[in-house]
Amino acid sequence: MKMERAGFDWLLKMAWRDSRASGKRLLLFMASIVLGIAAVVSIQSFSINLKGNIALQSKALMGADYRIDSNQAPTPRVAEIIDSLGGADASAVSFPSMVVFPKSGNTKLAGIRGIQGNYPFYGELETKPVEAALNYQKQGGALVDATLMLQFGVKTGDSIKVGNVVLPISGTLVSAPGTNGVGASIAPPIWIPYEKIEETGLVQTGSRIGYDFYFVAEPDQELEELDRLVDPMLDVENADLDTHISTGQRLGRSYENFGKFLNLVAFIALLLGCVGIASSVHIYIKEKLSAVAVLKCIGATRKQTFLIYLIQIFGMGFFGGFLGVLTGLMLQQLFPLLLEGYLPFDVEIDIAPQAIGVGLILGVLMSVLFALSPLLGTWFVSPLQVLRAQGDSSKGSLISRVAVLSAILIFVYGFAFWLLKDGWYALFFVLGIMLVFMILGGIAVLFMRLIKRYFPKTWDFSARQSLLNLFRPNNQTTVLILAIGVGTFLISTLYFTKDILLAKTSIEGTSKAPNLVLMDVQTDEKEVAAKSIMASGLEVLDNIPIITMRMHQIKDRPVREIILDSTSTINRWILHHEFRVTYRDELIDSETSQKGSWPSQASTDNSAIAISLAENVANDAQVDIGDKLIFNVQGVLMETVVANIRTVDWARMQINFSILFPKGVLENAPQFHVLTTNVPDAAASANLQRKLVKEFPTVSVIDLRQILTVVEGILNKISWVINFMAFFSILTGIIVLIGSVRTSKYQRIKENVLLRTLGAKSKQLLKIAALEYLYLGLIGSGIGLVLAFCSSFLLAQFIFETAFIPSWQPFVIVLPMITLLVLSIGLFNSRTVLRSSPLAVLRNEAN
Amino acid sequence: MSKILNVDGLGKTYTSGSRALTVLDAISFTIEAGETFAIVGPSGSGKTTLLGLCAGLDQPDRGYVELCGTRLSGLTEDELALLRNREVGFIFQNFQLLPTLTALENVIVPIELQGAKNPTKVGMDLLAKVGLEERFHHYPSQLSGGEQQRVALARAFSSKPSILFADEPTGNLDEGTGEKVVELLFDLNKEAGTTLVIVTHDLELAQKTQKILQLKGGKIVAHKITAES
Repeated sequence: MKMERAGFDWLLKMAWRDSRASGKRLLLFMASIVLGIAAVVSIQSFSINLKGNIALQSKALMGADYRIDSNQAPTPRVAEIIDSLGGADASAVSFPSMVVFPKSGNTKLAGIRGIQGNYPFYGELETKPVEAALNYQKQGGALVDATLMLQFGVKTGDSIKVGNVVLPISGTLVSAPGTNGVGASIAPPIWIPYEKIEETGLVQTGSRIGYDFYFVAEPDQELEELDRLVDPMLDVENADLDTHISTGQRLGRSYENFGKFLNLVAFIALLLGCVGIASSVHIYIKEKLSAVAVLKCIGATRKQTFLIYLIQIFGMGFFGGFLGVLTGLMLQQLFPLLLEGYLPFDVEIDIAPQAIGVGLILGVLMSVLFALSPLLGTWFVSPLQVLRAQGDSSKGSLISRVAVLSAILIFVYGFAFWLLKDGWYALFFVLGIMLVFMILGGIAVLFMRLIKRYFPKTWDFSARQSLLNLFRPNNQTTVLILAIGVGTFLISTLYFTKDILLAKTSIEGTSKAPNLVLMDVQTDEKEVAAKSIMASGLEVLDNIPIITMRMHQIKDRPVREIILDSTSTINRWILHHEFRVTYRDELIDSETSQKGSWPSQASTDNSAIAISLAENVANDAQVDIGDKLIFNVQGVLMETVVANIRTVDWARMQINFSILFPKGVLENAPQFHVLTTNVPDAAASANLQRKLVKEFPTVSVIDLRQILTVVEGILNKISWVINFMAFFSILTGIIVLIGSVRTSKYQRIKENVLLRTLGAKSKQLLKIAALEYLYLGLIGSGIGLVLAFCSSFLLAQFIFETAFIPSWQPFVIVLPMITLLVLSIGLFNSRTVLRSSPLAVLRNEAN
Repeated sequence: MSKILNVDGLGKTYTSGSRALTVLDAISFTIEAGETFAIVGPSGSGKTTLLGLCAGLDQPDRGYVELCGTRLSGLTEDELALLRNREVGFIFQNFQLLPTLTALENVIVPIELQGAKNPTKVGMDLLAKVGLEERFHHYPSQLSGGEQQRVALARAFSSKPSILFADEPTGNLDEGTGEKVVELLFDLNKEAGTTLVIVTHDLELAQKTQKILQLKGGKIVAHKITAES
């Protein structure tokens, strides 16, 4: 039975003809793809741009080709190495210090940088006026951070007091390499000429000073090779060499996790889009089954009918992907605005070809995969259906359904793996998502069963009808609860997590917890500073001595030897770090003893001094109870033994230490002090700061409430972006909702007409619809909220290790808002159903 | 004349729960090429089931059907589709036009399926014959019931089938429109020399065919030759 048959071009033609007249029905399908793809592409493209910008701007971020830095004045060996490299082209000394604006008497903690040479060599030192960047060194003036100038109402030409020296303000520092970001919010940058540093009198023993030496490389200089050769030599001297490449890579890594998290949120929006696709294609194909039967009846094969709709879905996936890519590329322009201040540089947004490719492929893949199950239905439709309605023959075989489900799971896993680059994380993520979906789906099914079983027969007519609608044939209850639930889950988890983070950093205004910290108080200033605080009617809450020291020997190996041993797995920071250590006789609130016991007093015999290590230090140094450590305390070697290992809650806003000595050992060592007090308000804080800075120019005062404001600001910025992404999932949920209302529209019209013919009033019909959407909104958002509550509780317990005090916002704002949204959309879309005239519908039925 | 349809010992039983319902039993008849043939009977007599089996839309439980010399029982779903496309035309009570295709596109689908290179001319001529030259680009929803059935007629004849099955062709039309459609059906059939099998409960329509097969309870109760022959 051989004859010429219609070819692929006919299939294309049929797919086009059919979709041409199905435009409206496919709108929701397209919207689901567009939203999902837009979310992924915008985040992907932005991440790629971010990485690209970091790589491109790495020189501008550093301001030089490479840099040698150290937290101590360069040793003779370091100076020798710097000389052997041809000498630094510029250098800088940096430290935090209080500054005073003499005009107003206001004070503020700032990041002082004394610059020598023509730094920066790359990037821009942007000042106002522009010439200030060139003149400040000659004029012996200061460049002051723009926000600081604004905050304290200072103008160019005014003066600023740094330590003992008063400098004219040459201009506003708008931007300079490495001066943006979180650090700059806490201690805004002030640039002064290097020569003035000495005059400030702020560089003293115990001060936290950073020394940077900047170099411009020869055109053919191999920076990576230089890094490999010189860095180990500098390591021994507690100095470090960073090239602009390695700095860029490090910076890129620090934003990677944030990017990954956003990607996952976008991925959830994409998954919801997939739910939307599956739901709309299911209804779409169901409507097409009679046409499929006709085509089969007049001679089309199963393969031909299947391919017509597969081509159609493929085409729509591609087109939807294209629109999604366009939307995503437009959306990514918003990210730099949303993240302003969080990123340490300006991100120039470009079109990332990789993101476009991913968007288009994803559009096709998600469309085809999630449409495959209903599409397979066309394969099993009998042509006999043209003569009489058949039972549901469109479900296909079990094997085909399992194959489709497996393909979907592989796709989801593959995509998660591509995003996370870690097989296990991807697996856990997919399992987690499945769990959330399963719980939401399970509760939806359970809810419908419970209603069926315990149906409230005594309720009034409208209430009963609205409940019946939830488990009518072809109901979308499960899909809607899934979509609304996942959206609510995301938004609420975000709120709860933000609360957990803020709760950890918040300071009770009424309590006597310290909120003003005086750093770098010299021993001879300690008593006077304390008196000064008390003279202001305030209490000195803590007076903590601090001694700086470095590790000299771990167990029986000198640190110098370990540094040179490339096989050693001891964490490198331990070997170079200058530890700030205190001594006291008891553990404080933020500390919990894990191992061993804490001897509050040093033993009087000549045995090694028993010390306590924070758990992370013990782990990184690979030491345990009983191991010996020798410290270099400013030239004096001190033998110690690990007697106690404790956990420290670093997130608490208080002075914490990684190494703790007992009393009776370090009292006579060179030390400085940290004093804390509690000031009742901002005015009292400002007054005290003014007074202290005047009396003790080297003391830095940190107002913890200001830091909290900065932290809160950053969290708010991040949560804005996450909210923005969660909005996508909610929006996709809305699309699914509109879709479900539309697909059940004709069934609802028929039912409403019947009810109206039997005497139901419009008000009753409206009440039925309103109640139905109210139930859906309440259940979906309610379950999402409960799941968010549980997951946040687990996060608080196991990740943040803190008590979980849930915020009221999700309960009072998110739940009612989402419910109201569902209700409004449901009613808005039902208006044609409610307005339909019974006669018109009955006539259509007759036709 | 050669046999175009040979039905022998045909039976079909449906199972509903534990109950078996025999809708056709021991049906045998033949139709010669070019004949017009009616299958009549009350509702539930098995007329439509018989039409489905004869057209290869369903498989019998007993007996066999030979259509255009091919025994249908051994054919796969796709082979049956090919046979229908080449040899069979259909007209249905509820028109069964593809709603997303225009009138012209509906008419040319069967010939496109055969791989015809320029089917539009054939489609336009056929639509003109059924009086729809002004409706080429209208969608089914923009046409009246009578117009839709005329498009279905044009579609049924477009592939020049050997046999045409019509299931209650006037069932959804008013009397006047129904008469015009029947007139067109017989005219086109005469012109094409196609074998016509009509399933109907309208005895007046059945009388227009050469032979009538009367069914009741799934069995043949009469097989007569009408005055038309």
